[in-house]
Amino acid sequence: MAKPRVLVLRAPGTNCDVETAYAFEQAGAIAERLHIARLLERPALLRDFQILCVPGGFSYGDDVAAGRILALQIRHHLLAAIREFHERDRLILGICNGFQVLLKAGIILPPDSDGKPVATLTWNDTARYEDRWVYLSVVSDRCVFLRGIRELQLPVAHAEGKFVVRDADWLEQLVRQGHVALCYQMPGPAGTTTAQNIASQPWQMRVPYPWNPNGSMGNVAGVCDATGRIFGLMPHPERFIDVTHHPRWTRDERYDPPHGLIIFRNAVSYFE
Amino acid sequence: MLWEVDIYPAPGQPDVVAEQVRHDGLDLGIHGAWQVAAGRGYLVEGDFTHAQVQRLAEELFADPVVERFVIGQAGDSVLLEPPGPDMHPVYVLPKPGVMDPVAMSAAAAIEDFGWHARAVRTFRKYWFSGLSHNDLRRICQKILANDAIEQVIFGPLPFRTLEQGRPYEFRLITVPLREMDDQALLRLSREGQLFLSLVEMRTIRDFYRSLGRDPTDVELETLAQTWSEHCSHKTLTGQISYRDEQRQIQFQNMLKETIFAATHEIRRRLGDRDWCVSVFEDNAGVVKFDDDYHVVFKVETHNHPSALEPYGGANTGIGGVIRDPMGTGLGAKPICNTDVFCFAPPDISHDELPPGVLHPRRVMKGVVAGVRDYGNRMGIPTVNGAVYFDRRYLGNPLVYCGNVGLLPRDKAHKAAQPGDLIVLVGGRTGRDGIHGATFSSAELTTESETLSGGAVQIGNAITEKMLLDVLLVARDRGLYHAVTDCGAGGLSSAVGEMGRAIGAEVDLERVPLKYEGLSYAEIWISEAQERMVLAVPEEKWPELQELFASEGVEATAIGRFVPTGRLVLRYQGHQVADLSMEFLHKGRPAVVREAVYAPASTVPMVLPPECEINWTADLIAILGSLNVCSKEWIIRQYDHEVQGGSAIKPLVGRWNDGPSDAAVLRPVLSSYRGLVIACGMNPKYGDYDTYWMAAAAIDEAVRNCVAVGADPSRIAILDNFCWGNTDRPEVLGSLVRAALACHDVAVALGTPFISGKDSLNNEFRLSETETITIPPSLLISALGQVDDVRRCVTMDLKQPGNAIYIVGTTADELGGSHWAEIHGLSGGTVPRWDGERARGVFEAMHRAIMTGCVRACHDLSEGGLAVAIAEMAFAGEFGAEIDLDAVPCASSDLGPVVRLFSESNSRFLCEVPVERASAFEGLFAGLPIARLGTVQEKPHLVVKWRGQTLIDTAVENLKRAWKQPLAW
Repeated sequence: MAKPRVLVLRAPGTNCDVETAYAFEQAGAIAERLHIARLLERPALLRDFQILCVPGGFSYGDDVAAGRILALQIRHHLLAAIREFHERDRLILGICNGFQVLLKAGIILPPDSDGKPVATLTWNDTARYEDRWVYLSVVSDRCVFLRGIRELQLPVAHAEGKFVVRDADWLEQLVRQGHVALCYQMPGPAGTTTAQNIASQPWQMRVPYPWNPNGSMGNVAGVCDATGRIFGLMPHPERFIDVTHHPRWTRDERYDPPHGLIIFRNAVSYFE
Repeated sequence: MLWEVDIYPAPGQPDVVAEQVRHDGLDLGIHGAWQVAAGRGYLVEGDFTHAQVQRLAEELFADPVVERFVIGQAGDSVLLEPPGPDMHPVYVLPKPGVMDPVAMSAAAAIEDFGWHARAVRTFRKYWFSGLSHNDLRRICQKILANDAIEQVIFGPLPFRTLEQGRPYEFRLITVPLREMDDQALLRLSREGQLFLSLVEMRTIRDFYRSLGRDPTDVELETLAQTWSEHCSHKTLTGQISYRDEQRQIQFQNMLKETIFAATHEIRRRLGDRDWCVSVFEDNAGVVKFDDDYHVVFKVETHNHPSALEPYGGANTGIGGVIRDPMGTGLGAKPICNTDVFCFAPPDISHDELPPGVLHPRRVMKGVVAGVRDYGNRMGIPTVNGAVYFDRRYLGNPLVYCGNVGLLPRDKAHKAAQPGDLIVLVGGRTGRDGIHGATFSSAELTTESETLSGGAVQIGNAITEKMLLDVLLVARDRGLYHAVTDCGAGGLSSAVGEMGRAIGAEVDLERVPLKYEGLSYAEIWISEAQERMVLAVPEEKWPELQELFASEGVEATAIGRFVPTGRLVLRYQGHQVADLSMEFLHKGRPAVVREAVYAPASTVPMVLPPECEINWTADLIAILGSLNVCSKEWIIRQYDHEVQGGSAIKPLVGRWNDGPSDAAVLRPVLSSYRGLVIACGMNPKYGDYDTYWMAAAAIDEAVRNCVAVGADPSRIAILDNFCWGNTDRPEVLGSLVRAALACHDVAVALGTPFISGKDSLNNEFRLSETETITIPPSLLISALGQVDDVRRCVTMDLKQPGNAIYIVGTTADELGGSHWAEIHGLSGGTVPRWDGERARGVFEAMHRAIMTGCVRACHDLSEGGLAVAIAEMAFAGEFGAEIDLDAVPCASSDLGPVVRLFSESNSRFLCEVPVERASAFEGLFAGLPIARLGTVQEKPHLVVKWRGQTLIDTAVENLKRAWKQPLAW
């Protein structure tokens, strides 16, 4: 089987495109970084790819709100092409700023019956940007990117990553429908290195700061669409594709394969 | 029509901004039952219908899940409906002409709807009730707005248009210089913000007398900029006659004969093993890295702008230094940032502040946010830094920003060619940043804010990021011969420098402007950010133009390098300047200065009796002092992992919160070869002797690199001198003495200086008679290399049962130490430095780490052995038991105070597995090392001396003390 081709979309202010493309290549794909202007000129370019990834960064400076302007551009000009792409059994991944973009463009979660969004990503409770590692639990078996994974450690680095749903009922509904894919989690008891293994319903626990780094409702760190083929997450899997990426590899916490790499491999093996 | 869109948190959502304002207000001492609500908004000018604005608000400006909005035309009553009883609105918006990046992006996004806005501006809107007029003014002044860049409007907006700038009508201005006497020359220098000396002004006058004409305004500005301290470093590269207790030295070029000379000597000794590529020539120093790449490093200061406008000053400080590697060789890719700050203690009361001085807490928050927002947006990890506190930084904080870049080996050299087009790329030019170069060279006063507000700018990181993306493509396609950044001095500096050996002609009306109304002189000297200048061969110009346009980056040919040896400027066909490059670059009269150094008299430090010392309390006090305590609040606000090469992070240990000695990253993702970044600085020692201060700073920077695994024979360093007014011989004397140490230490270690910068006149004049001078502040930044990052170690204890070793000799050197500071003791001697021992220790330590003998390694610096072992223990969440009797000392009669708290140089603590202990000891044969104790399972720190237990405390107590002070 030929290697799947990944379009890593970049816009002014995107800044994780190089290492995200590198991560996909380490996982066995062929990755191409493409400027949004090229895709706007020819949306049909999408047909040459199996995976679309919107990587992290500050698209358009995150001016107005994180991901908002790129999301609007996509909604205005690329929605049809992306729908067609998705319907042809392709994968779409949004990381950090890419998650903000996909969510705000209405690509991951369905709107309510009035066509209004039910969830957003907004300012962290700390009201500031933070870079730190978190523990994560996988809570949906639908997401293609998370297949075979129960727990992860990855870094987050954002200011506007607080997942907010219009109300608790909507959160229940998103969980029930399998959209909630990844939740922040407490670390295990002292001396262990993995996440606390309770997690039958981690969206109902109280995970305090800094383990829930932004105050997300339901501790939600990532969501997927109904097919599990569109996935957005705030943590950065491309920042844990080598043993030496982990903050404690010098303490013999060596994870091989590194957790982020598993996500990219899952994406690639979907096409095998 | 001017539309206003106000955005507020939706019902049920927290008003975080208002809470912060209320908190800061209480901090100011404004108590009582006052209320505040906060929002933000957009002013949009254009022919829009209400429905269109409604759609913009719903889809672009507000988040429907967490926000609500109000729209109306400016002044509409709906916009003035208070969110609570008796609340009155206050608008804060950028002054006209101040960069408003969000507004620029919003305007572009509106175009994407198919509509056009003539102008957009952002604002913040606050509602207050229950405040006296006076308290409201204080809140506006101290919390909400900064006069240097923002305006405050009480009540409804008084204007109905955002238009700014009037058409400029050309009028050539000449300055009648030839008739001026000394007094007139000095007045012109001061009032025209030229900041030139009388000798320099006379030289210029005489030059124009010989030409038989008067200069134009832009010629004079060009000379002032080129000859400014900021751009020419005329004091330190000038003639200095230096005298201290032992010697007298006559320097023709002080820097060349000290710091540059050290590098020259090291390179000569290395012969064909020389790994320096380009030093003290380009915008950054360049050294070899691997078979494909060089690395480049530059650190700059942005002190004066940061004093006036901390956010904008730091923002453009980091933005500016990133353009240095981008403008080095044919353009390096920036791969990491560093930042070091010096502030007054943040707990100073508002009443103690002199007029015109911002509170240090506000300065600190603004500076950190400024670096954060630019560095993070650029996608460059900020991996190393430090913060120093001293009251003397009150009116004059220091902001050092550094950037490391990766440069392909075949792109290390550049040269503009005659006939090349002068191409200006990146951001547009506005009236922001006029006179920055000359202003930076003057002292700050209580009036600086009013006089020099125009020198302050806000950056737009995304403009620079877009420029970077496309510049590297153009570089790899070979589309230009040379590149340099437009920093201080703007086009004047960039074009003047690049064309100095050729000659240049520029048509100033071609420069793209942000708005109308700039004169030709303003265009030439504006320091508007995010701009660079390229020398583009004519045949490559179409391809370059197309490439830049394809990513929306402006590129404009504004002139040509011509082999005339002259700088000719035109505006709409009128010649406005014609200067010889020779006079511009070589006509400045040499600066001649006196420098005197008299060492502070040495008095012994009188120690309290040992029985009166509470060892644990002392340790806790030092851990909780501002200079030593955790800087996690700052570090986490920076993205330190972007670009995917992070190998040793700035925070390490069991809970990722221990203080790493240095950061390590892999700039090439497919390789394990690493870069190590660290720094050293200790202004306190400068009060004793700047020679030993400089030696200690270099030792600290190098040993920090060595502590994580860097090869000591491959460490390059940078100097950044921030000093007071060097017109005073004793101030300059203290600097020259530090430079002499830089020479001696660099040569002894074989550690070359590759770049540097100085910032003089860091003083704050309170009145005619009273001045606060900063302490001598020499930052040494180090760039190390390691063959394989998988061999690196961190400072946290790893395994109970492992042995703890100290490496290096401890001497009675408590002068300027943190222990002396918490006891209010003066006198004593500061740490001295022994080159042979340092070199031996560093080399042996490197071998020990590379051969896997070391599980943890930490350098001993502020707070000495006590702080180092405490940090290792709480970072690893293990205990340690050590005995001070074994510490190798300069003399055997040294007591426990010295052993625990002396800050002697070239020392480390190491954790060594027992089975590697003899191998480890073997590597240090002939060098001072000793086994002090063992790593313990129980997380307690136990320190013994002659059978007595001095300290026995839970490491969590130590950690709490260390983490608390700056946990904002």
